[in-house]
Amino acid sequence: MLKGKAFKFADNISTDLIVPGRLAHLRSNLPELAKHVLEDADPTFVSRVNAGDFVVGGNNFGLGSSREHAPLVIKMAGVSAILAKSVARIFFRNAINRGLPVLICDTDNINEGDELEIDLANGTVKDITNEITLHFKPIPNAMLAILKEGGLIPYIQKHGDFKLE
Amino acid sequence: MGKTLTEKIISQKLGRDVCAGEIVVCPVDLAFAQDTTGPLTVREFLGSGFKSLADKRRTVLFLDHAAPSPNAQLSADHMLLRSFAHDTGCVISDIGAGVCHQIVAENLARPGDVIVGADSHTVTAGALCSFATGMGSSDVAVAFALGKTWFRVPETIRIEVKNQFPHFVTAKDLILHIIGLIGADGATYKALEFGGKAIDNMSIAGRLTIANMAVEAGAKVGLFSSDQTTEKLLREMGRPEQFRSISPDKDAVYEKTIEIDASTLSPTVARPHTVDNTVLAKDLSGVRIHQVFLGTCTNGRLEDFALAASILRNKKVHPQTRLIVAPASKRVLLQAMDAGYIRIFVEAGGTIIPPGCGACLGLHQGILGDGEACLSTANRNFKGRMGNPNSFVYLASPATAVATAITGVVTDPREVL
Repeated sequence: MLKGKAFKFADNISTDLIVPGRLAHLRSNLPELAKHVLEDADPTFVSRVNAGDFVVGGNNFGLGSSREHAPLVIKMAGVSAILAKSVARIFFRNAINRGLPVLICDTDNINEGDELEIDLANGTVKDITNEITLHFKPIPNAMLAILKEGGLIPYIQKHGDFKLE
Repeated sequence: MGKTLTEKIISQKLGRDVCAGEIVVCPVDLAFAQDTTGPLTVREFLGSGFKSLADKRRTVLFLDHAAPSPNAQLSADHMLLRSFAHDTGCVISDIGAGVCHQIVAENLARPGDVIVGADSHTVTAGALCSFATGMGSSDVAVAFALGKTWFRVPETIRIEVKNQFPHFVTAKDLILHIIGLIGADGATYKALEFGGKAIDNMSIAGRLTIANMAVEAGAKVGLFSSDQTTEKLLREMGRPEQFRSISPDKDAVYEKTIEIDASTLSPTVARPHTVDNTVLAKDLSGVRIHQVFLGTCTNGRLEDFALAASILRNKKVHPQTRLIVAPASKRVLLQAMDAGYIRIFVEAGGTIIPPGCGACLGLHQGILGDGEACLSTANRNFKGRMGNPNSFVYLASPATAVATAITGVVTDPREVL
């Protein structure tokens, strides 16, 4: 069970809003890069987010670049899952590869600051503030297998190869 | 059942029939990373305990995004990549050689290849009928080591383009029009497949522009049949034996087909801050542009420069507008010098920067000031893309770009002739 506060973002949160190219020189200094996560979308996010909290987006979250640093620094900021109505392909894959769950559900009724409780096994998001329960789309099996090991590299280290077919 | 280009390439690669929807583990013919994703790729590779590359001749590191390096941190990243190449024997493409996607098209991609790159615009090689897709550093590190990757075989949206383009309407206008039509997530998780008379008659340069931007509609790949035009490129690049004709079956099953009449298109512009925010150039007339950026993996090829030079010849860049030009590769730079295009750009008032990604991703060489607007031939106009969240990026064709450089306001190229 995951518990935390919702940080609500708009549609089309691009990887440039999460970790912009102007900070490319910090990509080999991840703790420093993580201090800037999502700052162009919400400059107060980093100072307010606590361990366990959730990033809640709208449509097409994470569109743009293949930079894996984007989900990586969101996770480093303490975020325990991303919820969105839809997610761009590469970002989705990168987040799972980093052991960060991405849950697809209708986020329209989740508001900034709502207390959420997520049951990954049952596929439910409980908005305690709003008293609503949402169901997220099941994570595809291949991705679930990688997520369960904590990401792609731990998965490959354990299995030595892809065992997904 | 008939196969789409995607199903054909993957089936041939695996030696069995595959259909959209299947999860496959597939051999990779080429894996690469660049200087902003490569350091993490290399660290994941080394940290995982991998000892050697699956195929060092088909593993490439490109130093193109920060080329040459603007600061000590990125210089350290370059040192890491050079040292990894030295230790493992992989190929390194150092500064000055050009943008990874252009070099992949010139020297590496073959029809029927499966290619993964730690860069979202890896889709560019779809123009040569390579199943080429962008992934993150971990995925590419694993492909470096195991020579394979996994994916879900995508469903395909077929884009059928008939008739001919009007003068000064280009492949860039077509792909901007398509993205405006289907949206920035209109092809998420899907393959885009392009065909029809206008595509059959299109140059490789035009096809590369379109394939490059397939990801801006969310697509996994943007594929073109491998035909005489593909063969011509491979011959020009001194690798004719790599040609293989590949086309989709007549009875292939598509999720949907979108028909477009090229003759009805006009110069098109994507407004800030999403690529699907498109409008005709003539409907933006009067919008002030401070910087024009001609180049990148989208539109930095010889054909783009030829078109731009034909418009700029004997003209000057507007005194309140800057023109920055970045050839996509060293080969393009040399050819543009021989053809006299570089002289035309410089005499008109343009600034030439080295082959590479340059100003596109806001790392260096053309960062915008607060409130400034750039009209760029690149592929993205997200907030903050060109280095400053308080600036504005418009996307358009090379023809619209130089017409705009001349007038200082967004201009349909047919108006300056």
